[in-house]
Amino acid sequence: MNDAVLTVRDLSVHYHTDRGELKAMRRVNMDVPGGSIVGVVGESGCGKSTLISSIIRLLASNAIIPGGSITFEGRDLLKLSQDEMRRLRGDRISIVFQDPMSTLNPVLSIGRQMVDIQYRSRASRADKSKLATEMLASVGISDPASRLKQFPHEFSGGMQQRISIAMALQAEPALLIADEPTTALDATLEVQIIHLLKKLQTDIGCSILFISHHLGVIAELCDYVVVMYAGEVVEEGTTRDVFHNPAHPYTESLLRCDPASIATKTRSLPTIPGEIPDLVTLPQGCIFKNRCEHVMTQCENLVPEWIGSHSGHFVSCHRAAKPGND
Amino acid sequence: MLFYLIKRLALGVVIVMLAVTLLFCMIHLVPGDPARILLGPRATPELIASMSARMGLDQPLPIQILLFFGNLFRGDLGMDVITNRPVADMVFGQLPYTLWLIFTAIGFAMVIGIPLGCYSALHRNTLIDRVTGVLSVACITVPAFVVALYSLLIFAVTLNWFPAVGAGEKGDFWDQARHIVLPALAIGLSWIGYLARLVRASMLEVMSENHIRTARAYGLPERVVVFRYALKLAVLPTVTVIGVGMGFLLSAALFTEIVFARPGIGKLIFDSITTRNYPVVMGSVLVSTVLFVISTTLSDLVNAWLDPRIRSSL
Amino acid sequence: MIDILRRITHEPLGMIGLVLVVLIVISALLAGVIAPYDPIELRIVDRLQGPSASHLLGTDQLGRDLFSRVLYGGQVALKVALISIGAALGVGVLFGMIAGFGPRWLDNIIMLFFDTIRSFPTVMFALATVALVGPSLETVIAVIVVTTIPNYGRVVRTQTLSIRTNEFIKAERAMGASMVRILGVHVLPNVIGPLMILASMDIPTVIALEAGLSFLGMGVKPPTPSWGSILNDGYTLIRNTPWPIIAGSIPLVLITLGFTFLGESLRDLIDPKLRRNI
Repeated sequence: MNDAVLTVRDLSVHYHTDRGELKAMRRVNMDVPGGSIVGVVGESGCGKSTLISSIIRLLASNAIIPGGSITFEGRDLLKLSQDEMRRLRGDRISIVFQDPMSTLNPVLSIGRQMVDIQYRSRASRADKSKLATEMLASVGISDPASRLKQFPHEFSGGMQQRISIAMALQAEPALLIADEPTTALDATLEVQIIHLLKKLQTDIGCSILFISHHLGVIAELCDYVVVMYAGEVVEEGTTRDVFHNPAHPYTESLLRCDPASIATKTRSLPTIPGEIPDLVTLPQGCIFKNRCEHVMTQCENLVPEWIGSHSGHFVSCHRAAKPGND
Repeated sequence: MLFYLIKRLALGVVIVMLAVTLLFCMIHLVPGDPARILLGPRATPELIASMSARMGLDQPLPIQILLFFGNLFRGDLGMDVITNRPVADMVFGQLPYTLWLIFTAIGFAMVIGIPLGCYSALHRNTLIDRVTGVLSVACITVPAFVVALYSLLIFAVTLNWFPAVGAGEKGDFWDQARHIVLPALAIGLSWIGYLARLVRASMLEVMSENHIRTARAYGLPERVVVFRYALKLAVLPTVTVIGVGMGFLLSAALFTEIVFARPGIGKLIFDSITTRNYPVVMGSVLVSTVLFVISTTLSDLVNAWLDPRIRSSL
Repeated sequence: MIDILRRITHEPLGMIGLVLVVLIVISALLAGVIAPYDPIELRIVDRLQGPSASHLLGTDQLGRDLFSRVLYGGQVALKVALISIGAALGVGVLFGMIAGFGPRWLDNIIMLFFDTIRSFPTVMFALATVALVGPSLETVIAVIVVTTIPNYGRVVRTQTLSIRTNEFIKAERAMGASMVRILGVHVLPNVIGPLMILASMDIPTVIALEAGLSFLGMGVKPPTPSWGSILNDGYTLIRNTPWPIIAGSIPLVLITLGFTFLGESLRDLIDPKLRRNI
């Protein structure tokens, strides 16, 4: 995939904590091809937030990056100075966060906020307001010109998220990162936002990195999906490949536990027993071994290799390495 | 919003009326003839008679209260016992000095305290932050009159950098400025500590909020994030605090005026007590209280105005 | 309680505060034993001396030993603090409970009363009272009590109000529990912590207020020593000698700093919202 907008190679991120060094992300590899939508799925603590923070380089002060690279539009983001990085933020890389009410500034009108983030442009204030109005119209806000004066709390949750998306796409970035944008919304709103994102993505031609733990949404929206577990990528490939032929036991469990996939009425929903291992003192071998149904002897001490097929479907699992499994 | 305005103003008025009533009750609860007590040892029979008539002491109590309020509304605070001038003239003649002192003190405190608090928040746990933290607490608790005494001792008496007495020549701006420096600093010192702590806590809270993260995620320069977004929000509490702090400021001003022999309401009250000029005392205390209530009411209203979330919910 | 004291030892500022408080309190309590001279004894020949071996802080204009006066002044300060805050606590708790548990109109009246008291700048209120009844330590204590009651009353009222609508309180009342029992068992334990912290933060304010009023001559009657009256003497003598001012201010500053550091540490330890390790 050499037309990739974003290429993450071997990225590791650790945090200094009182108990020791927490290995939040370990040797993560993933690509975001140009003009595509890539989903990242995984439960809490899998490293999704760390991934996003690393890409835009707004990590906490106790974070260290022992190794890896993040190549964006031909440059390694980790090698850029904070100033160079700052120039990319909001311009070439935009981000939409989870809870729009708290991410929008409560004491500034949305018009003011949308004009403020255009600070790089030399256009007149009137022109900037005009652009803001157009963006609001494109995300489906009615009567946008007069609503510029209003404050975030005067909008519903769904509309606030649309405004956040409008802000993020205003500068027509190459990459939009969406951090669980629909988690705080109800199901009907979720569908609307997904359709909106799809439409805008085709219009603008950007790539989207879409983080979520909602499998249905990922299946609907994304071209490719990356499955993360406890700081590692365990499987990746096209959405079709991964969801129809899951190769990693964790992916299988996720799909099985997704309420949407339960066909018959049942009293108890399936869960994945066990917990994420301690990331300060990492266990040997495969990271998923203590929760895996198909655990084998070599999983105990050997880290699985990264195995791929010709269609770009990759998995990190000993079971998949056995001949006969593709 | 308008409804809240009216409600809050009404509350302010009610409180003032209750305060006045309280003063009235205090005067009457003291055993003895209220007129005689109010006039003090200087009471001559004629004065007592005219005061009694003015206060309507032979009338039933509700009428007396009404008379009291009636006089107040006409701006009549009584007559000075010694010089027979209207108390209102004396009080309002001295009030500007006190107001100048208080506002200069607030000015000092804001100019030094707000940047200090902002710096402490941005450089948490550095030496300056910790030292500022301890000094702030120290400044807040040391009584204002002790600070006044020491600044008088060190800077006026010993070093002779600033004058020790009075407010300076009327009409001469620089002379008056020289005279106001030490008293204003004496009052302002504790406020510097208070504001620094307040701004620090407020900044830390605002900087950790999500919309600040968003501003950074859009690449806004740190300067803009801190000063245009965060600081503006963080400074809001200082406005309310000044309103409520007016009580403390008036008390501190009183001591400072006495220590530096400056004209003002505080000195007026003190001198009047020592000369047993009680109507002046009562009038001055009344005016100070009204001032305090006005300032708390104003700060509540300003606070409601500044935060759009509150403003539109009212 | 012991646990809290033990935890204070880990906070440097709290320890400093505790040490200062204990130091001043003990020196005041033992004033009769430690003081080298009678605080009101005049020795005109020795007047206006600076510090020396026989007079640790020098003497004032009447030849009285400043160190002894400072020690006895501590007794005045402590007396004022304990009595006034104690009384304010008692009355405040009572009124707070009545306001919280009683009928709405009573609550409104009590709160209006509190707000009215708080609308007076404290020192001005004190001076107005002194003007009417004459200066004395008792007057000062009375004024402090009246102006401090609202602080405690509000806290207790808030707690009582929030308890009142709890389900299990309604259940208890349905089972016949008396109001006294409910207040004593449910409200009181919850307010003691915050009240203690408030009170400890009020002690320096109260001591400073007494000192201030005595400084103005509205408090203790001479020749009783109070830190404030020592400062008053110092003020008149400011061009002659700085020592009375220094003598009067040192214990005042030390005890206000001590109680404040201690109170802040206590608050950080007791107030769960500020605990970091839990």
